[in-house]
Amino acid sequence: MPEGAAAPGPLPIVSFLKIPTQGDPYLEGIRCGHCRAVFLGERDVCASCGAREGLAATRLANTGTLYVYTIVYRSFPGVPVPYVSAIVDLDGGGTVKGNLVGIDPDPQKIQMGMPVEVVYRTAPIKDREGNEYLTYCFVPRA
Amino acid sequence: MSDVYVLGIDMLKFGRYPEQDVPELGARAALLALDDAGLRIQDMQALYCGNLLQASAMVGQRILQEIGQTGIPVTNSSNACATGATAFREGWTAIKAGLYDLVLVVGVEQMGKAGLLGGGGGGRGIPKEGLLGSQLMPAVFAEAGMEHSRKYGTSFEHFAMVSVKNHHHSTRNPKSMYQMETPLEQVMGAEMIAYPNTKLMCSVNVDGAAAAVLASERKARELGLRRAVRVKASVLTSDPWTERDLVMPDVNTCTRRAARQAYEMAGCGPSDLDLVELHDCFATAEILHYENLGLCADGEAAKLIDERQTWHGGRIPVNVSGGLLSKGHPLGATGVANVYEVCTHLRGEAGARQVEGAKLGLTHVIGLGSACGIHILERI
Repeated sequence: MPEGAAAPGPLPIVSFLKIPTQGDPYLEGIRCGHCRAVFLGERDVCASCGAREGLAATRLANTGTLYVYTIVYRSFPGVPVPYVSAIVDLDGGGTVKGNLVGIDPDPQKIQMGMPVEVVYRTAPIKDREGNEYLTYCFVPRA
Repeated sequence: MSDVYVLGIDMLKFGRYPEQDVPELGARAALLALDDAGLRIQDMQALYCGNLLQASAMVGQRILQEIGQTGIPVTNSSNACATGATAFREGWTAIKAGLYDLVLVVGVEQMGKAGLLGGGGGGRGIPKEGLLGSQLMPAVFAEAGMEHSRKYGTSFEHFAMVSVKNHHHSTRNPKSMYQMETPLEQVMGAEMIAYPNTKLMCSVNVDGAAAAVLASERKARELGLRRAVRVKASVLTSDPWTERDLVMPDVNTCTRRAARQAYEMAGCGPSDLDLVELHDCFATAEILHYENLGLCADGEAAKLIDERQTWHGGRIPVNVSGGLLSKGHPLGATGVANVYEVCTHLRGEAGARQVEGAKLGLTHVIGLGSACGIHILERI
């Protein structure tokens, strides 16, 4: 893509969100072949065991469980509040952080350990060049 | 190797000093510590300075430009909220190594009315804050607290009680930013920042400075040990890899490791401590550290606060200074100021808030990212 030209489709909000030309977007982890630790984003060396080889990309699951959360009421200007910041353990490995949506931001409603699903949506904001971004969030799973 | 002693230590009242700059605040604290030790800047063989927000601006040298450019080596440290403790430990290390007999340590920070910390960076692309959860400190420590709730059922009210206690303690500390009672309903009813932390459960952004004169045993004996405090343990850890730490900073593991090492170095256990100043950057954090420091068994932190065991007069008073929640949290100064607090009790000079008969105390800080600093101090 020439520099300065608008992308043909949305760009990933983070490098570990992959948008294949065919098929659905997904989150990618890097798994250490020695200690099985899972990381987000490119890396050559394992931070858990120090291995310098044997790290390989792996497609992370779109299902998982809510580990913990907070309800954010005060954020930077322009960020809509309240919203739920959630830490989710994905099935099969990998832990990611994101917004939990589709549920009232209410401690009485949100259950730690509840099953959730990763969904992909166009972000409500563009960058200065006018590019759209694809982001991810979590929704409760029945 | 020589034992290390605190010969002089003091701090400025934490507050807002818009008319002064960082070196001026550091210089005032340095002079107070020198006076407390009865020594001059010419007696100091090295300076270890902790400051975070001007980490590239040679704050230590600028302090010497205020109080005496003696040409001594200056090391400027920055280690997030463990910055002050790191500078203190650098001084301790140099004396342990036999390089010097007398060093000056200064921790200083000017926060102004800084807003929410964290959440910066992001690089190119669009801001992630509010789209991919929150990276802001109140949210990070709220999530850390919710992990405790998940495991043990710790409630909003338990966390809020920490703030009630620390604000109460600060009413007897003239060097605290605030000296006001905050009843439980006021804490719980304050503006919610990131559940379960309300505004009164977040540390106070203040300006501040604290400084200490450290001495080798030989020098301390030569100068007289009457008010000297022995540094029984000095430990710094970073965070080992844990399962979720890419997205959920782990303040527990590095604290547990540091505590274990510190108790071993000091030859004591948590039940021997008379007081603890720990890193209550948010009310949720204090609950975690009760267990991390071994003040109670895992899962019993809520019981500890319920039974008022960590209140002044309780089994193990925690943050009798008012803590970061009320005394304030000037990042680089915090880890020296908590040593000041413990030393003041060990010297029997804490006035209305004195922990009677205090012989042994522990200080703890966490810098997110992460660093944990622990010092154990003993009356001699």
